[in-house]
Amino acid sequence: MQVVEFIERVGAYILDSILALGNFALFLIRSLMYAVLPPYKLRLTLRQIRIIGAESLMLIVLISTFTGMVLGLQGYHTLHLFGAEDSLGTLVGLALVRELGPVLAALMIAARAGSAMAAELGSMQASEQIDALTVMAINPVQYLVSPRMIAGVVSFPILTVIFNVIGIWAGYAVGCGLLGASGGAYFNNLAANMSRHDVALTLYKALVFGVVVMSVCCYKGYHAKRMATGVSRATTEAVVLSSVLVLAWDYFMGSILL
Amino acid sequence: MNSESNGKQTANAIEVRALRRSFDHQHVLNGVDIDIPAGTITTIVGPSGCGKTVFLKHLNLLLRPDSGSIVIDGVEVTRLGARGLNSVREKFGMLFQAGALFDSMSVYDNVSFPLVEKTRLSAREIDERVRRTLAAVGLEGMGHKFPSEMSGGMQKRAALARALVTQPKILMLDEPTTGLDPTRTGSIHQLVRKTQQDFGLTAVVVSHDVPEVFSISDRVAFMHRGRMQLVGTVDEVMSSDDEDFKRFLAGRASGDDLESQVVS
Repeated sequence: MQVVEFIERVGAYILDSILALGNFALFLIRSLMYAVLPPYKLRLTLRQIRIIGAESLMLIVLISTFTGMVLGLQGYHTLHLFGAEDSLGTLVGLALVRELGPVLAALMIAARAGSAMAAELGSMQASEQIDALTVMAINPVQYLVSPRMIAGVVSFPILTVIFNVIGIWAGYAVGCGLLGASGGAYFNNLAANMSRHDVALTLYKALVFGVVVMSVCCYKGYHAKRMATGVSRATTEAVVLSSVLVLAWDYFMGSILL
Repeated sequence: MNSESNGKQTANAIEVRALRRSFDHQHVLNGVDIDIPAGTITTIVGPSGCGKTVFLKHLNLLLRPDSGSIVIDGVEVTRLGARGLNSVREKFGMLFQAGALFDSMSVYDNVSFPLVEKTRLSAREIDERVRRTLAAVGLEGMGHKFPSEMSGGMQKRAALARALVTQPKILMLDEPTTGLDPTRTGSIHQLVRKTQQDFGLTAVVVSHDVPEVFSISDRVAFMHRGRMQLVGTVDEVMSSDDEDFKRFLAGRASGDDLESQVVS
């Protein structure tokens, strides 16, 4: 009897998971489709770019500064063991541009803007504001989700580039300014070893992370359960799931595209 | 109050036949049949959990039935696609239980929202209509306030203004007086009656306020266990000797009812 129950439960879990995955895929397709179909929500999109992009700027500046400083510090001491301090620029630059820039920027935006977005959509769902849109013959996905998707696709690459540039300068300040590595070698080696391909990779990753983080956070908020714990649960799940997906995608994209 | 005497000649704004819907093996709607004549207020009452809200969500096309038909203003809506649904939706206004005002917008922006999004009216025309509608619900000069700065009764009025501003043919109200004190309940009821008469609307009201809500109703439907057990004019329904309805009016739920809320 217990075995049957166990199999039933596993079956139900698998069915639920497949259903949720299908729902998510449909949600993603619809939100991207409505982003390119009229009517265009320019004002709403600009507002979301301000919330997701501009208002995350200070956080990105702060995190990238410290990330670059740590890379400069640890990189210098490690390279010093081999007498290869001149390669510091390559180490800091490639680590940031290929991996840390897009990933850390995405995680930070997910924590800051993604959580707020999930909570906002969740409380709109709970208070029937999303139903109200539907009843007014306004497509809630087009009105609420698509502008956020566009804003993510625009903001993530820009914030990632800012992250990379500030990180490289912060690594330079610590490695060359404080610890005494050669400044000329730092940038010469960086320029010699970084290809266009690396820059394209950072932008490509940022773009994909933008879609991943925004779609997961919107999906979780939009489908929040209408009860007291629904919104808080949706917010937590949105941040956790989008962070995990960013890291997992990062590995797959890195292994395919590097 | 009773404009039902010529009920048979009046065209029906909404006709529902054999509507069924279940969720996870729970039969919430068990074959609902009802005609809602145009230009009247029809009130749906019944114990909590009898399926009133689910029924209203079928009327405003948020849910689709398992079987049965709904004809709104001559259009069979149960199998319409997204575009068809939207053209039917533009005919009605809906007042949600908690108002469902957009809390990131001022009352003025809330009320002007459907006009800005769905019509090609000029800014001046929109402004004029919003002001007129706000005045009609007694919220003149309150447009700048945010929903969070208003009392429950005022929020309901603002939500009613938003539902009315597009001049719909059909107005649906989901428990318009829940959470209000008796005085405010009365004033919302009068407001609903007045706007219905001024605009010649068809109104469907789901309410818990029995018997107060009967004073503004032309017809009453008593919903019980997923069916319309009684439908008729206020007098007809009040004089019926249906045991379930009498129990409901007296505020006594039978053991069966309480059980059916859990099971059905």
